[in-house]
Amino acid sequence: MGDAECGGLPIAASRVDVVRGETQVLSAVDVSIECGVRTFILGENGSGKSTLLRVLHGLVAPTRGSITWGGSGLRPPRQAMVFQRPVLLRRSAAANIRHALKLAGVRGANSDRCIENALERVGLASLANRAARVLSGGEQQRLALARAWALVPEVLFLDEPTASLDPPSARAVEAIIRDIHALGTTIVMTTHHLPQAKRLADSVVLLHAGRIAEHTPAAQFFNEPRSAYGRAFLEGERL
Amino acid sequence: MNTIAESLSVALAMVMHLDPRVTAIVALSLGVSLTSTLCSAAIGLPLGAAVAIGRFPGRDALIVALNSAMGLPPVVVGLVVYLLLSRAGPLGPLGILFTPQAMVIAQTVLIVPLVAALTRQIVDDAWVEYREQLQSLESSWLQSTLTLLWDTRWSLLTVLLAAFGRAASEVGAVIIVGGNIDGVTRVMTTAIALETSKGDLPLALGLGIVLITLVLALNVGAHVTRHWARARLG
Amino acid sequence: MIKRVSKFASALGVLLIAGMAFAQPPFIVVASTTSTEQSGLFPHLLPAFEKDTGINVRVVAVGTGQALDIGRRGDADVVFVHDKVAEQKWLADGEGVKRYPVMYDDFILIGPESDPAHVKGGHDITAALKAIGEAKAPFVSRADKSGTHAAELRLWKDAGVAIATAKGPWYRETGSGMGPALNTASGLDAYILADRGTWLNFKNRGHLQIVVEGDKRLFNQYGVMLVNPDKHPSVKKDLGQKFIDWLISPRGQAVIADYKIDGQQLFFPNAGTDS
Repeated sequence: MGDAECGGLPIAASRVDVVRGETQVLSAVDVSIECGVRTFILGENGSGKSTLLRVLHGLVAPTRGSITWGGSGLRPPRQAMVFQRPVLLRRSAAANIRHALKLAGVRGANSDRCIENALERVGLASLANRAARVLSGGEQQRLALARAWALVPEVLFLDEPTASLDPPSARAVEAIIRDIHALGTTIVMTTHHLPQAKRLADSVVLLHAGRIAEHTPAAQFFNEPRSAYGRAFLEGERL
Repeated sequence: MNTIAESLSVALAMVMHLDPRVTAIVALSLGVSLTSTLCSAAIGLPLGAAVAIGRFPGRDALIVALNSAMGLPPVVVGLVVYLLLSRAGPLGPLGILFTPQAMVIAQTVLIVPLVAALTRQIVDDAWVEYREQLQSLESSWLQSTLTLLWDTRWSLLTVLLAAFGRAASEVGAVIIVGGNIDGVTRVMTTAIALETSKGDLPLALGLGIVLITLVLALNVGAHVTRHWARARLG
Repeated sequence: MIKRVSKFASALGVLLIAGMAFAQPPFIVVASTTSTEQSGLFPHLLPAFEKDTGINVRVVAVGTGQALDIGRRGDADVVFVHDKVAEQKWLADGEGVKRYPVMYDDFILIGPESDPAHVKGGHDITAALKAIGEAKAPFVSRADKSGTHAAELRLWKDAGVAIATAKGPWYRETGSGMGPALNTASGLDAYILADRGTWLNFKNRGHLQIVVEGDKRLFNQYGVMLVNPDKHPSVKKDLGQKFIDWLISPRGQAVIADYKIDGQQLFFPNAGTDS
């Protein structure tokens, strides 16, 4: 398990529309995820945040438009995703990571080392052989992060990873996200919690009814948003 | 009421004295039904999981067909298998009509839809939960099928117990393809049918009690195993 | 894990096929009737045959119609039933080689204690059936193309009752074997024609008893036939013929005569006669 790099980045979404049934979930979205930049996708419920995250990761195919990588559409970057509720298999914590590594083609002694490392870094080394599903909510989410980290992703997608956690667990998860980023992984994350975004974001993508309202460096956004909707959004959240 | 009391004592006597004819019948029943359950598992579990995860034209029609096939009348299955295995039929040269192998085949045909349809539902529900994560990990269709089958193993165990119950309790299929031959293809259910038709109701019911007790014992064992394994492995 | 699963599956397949090829003592399949089986004759007869010849006999006991059909399909080696008319037609169709009479037993008329048609103690079966038809007393028929059913229909005809038109709610057709039909008759307190063997072994009599017996027309002849090996090459013609030869031999006939229920002889051997 080494450090991540920039191959495959930036991820560029170009004129992406996503239509589900009668609903236009995303419209004419143009956004680019740059290497090393912690990009946060913000917006109200139903604005399309989760869908945009999934389109960028490749879980949802755009109805129109395209996703390209590395500037020329060649190889996609190594990616991993962590969901709001951790999805773990009915096996031990270590076995969950082993399952992910096996899918990535890593087995045997290599695999064992990666697992040990990953669990160590998230503070779950002592729970390696515990059944994953009996762990607490916070421990499960840390395990999900360990699993993602073990794959040495170049981009890590996170969908409201702390929404179901208590404050101490949430802080622990934020610390891990910082550590992963420090080793070179690009972070793309959604959240409802503005203070969290303030703490962690380098760049903010604000969605409004499926369209991009603005894409601004975080420091600027939280001081003085460029768009009227951005201002209304921050006002609304402050109330 | 009298008959029931009488049959309880008959059942007890049979078990205590371990009548060799009864033990042979019990052993054959268990052998045939356990074998057909295992065969149906080998076919039905992957089939159900594949249909759950796969997306292909005609999938809905297949699901409806599997669900409907759960209600196949055993006697119809027996008749069809009989026509296939008869010397006058396409598989006649195999010469397995009126043997335990024919009974295993008939019972397997009967319970595969049950295993497949229920597995399909269980894996389908699990797929809703796991799909995005497994897709994120780039798990192939085959890999996901196997992962989900293993992860839902406790629910699937219940499905197999249901399949075994259905196999062990049916009489329509095995009596036609087996012929209820004394010492060769006589199982508990066909023996019960025979004794009933001879008017020996206490003996028939006694055999019935033994059969029910065996199935109950199997289920108790499975439940205890599940409990223990759950505590250990979640 | 895939490796483990496929290893297991192939082991299972081997077991299944091995089970089919497993070395067994020589055996024949005999299609016979439920009445013959329920009389208890086979557990008495077959061990003697097996001891004398080392050949195992597997009896599939169904109704006469179904037994002849099993023979027609080549799924049995020998057919052993009791319906001379049906047997001769079967032979005429080229399904068998030759018919050998083996033994006879008799039918009896069973009825309820209440005896609504007042036939008890009689020895004339046609008179009794006529009385039952006129009284419209409850009567259970097997109606299953069996030898017993065929005999019943012939007796109605001899009694001058056109049963096809005369039957009403009093005439219950169960489409089943002798035992289940007796169960129904017991439950309904009805008359029923039965073979003596099944009746003697039948334990759920309720209020039923024998009401008419001994009429010569109630004799029930058994015949044995080898399934035609020219039509069905899989028929074990040598082993099957051995069984037939044994049945009609003095030894076989003696074993048949030796079978008793409650000290009463059930079957009367008559091989070699023109029956």
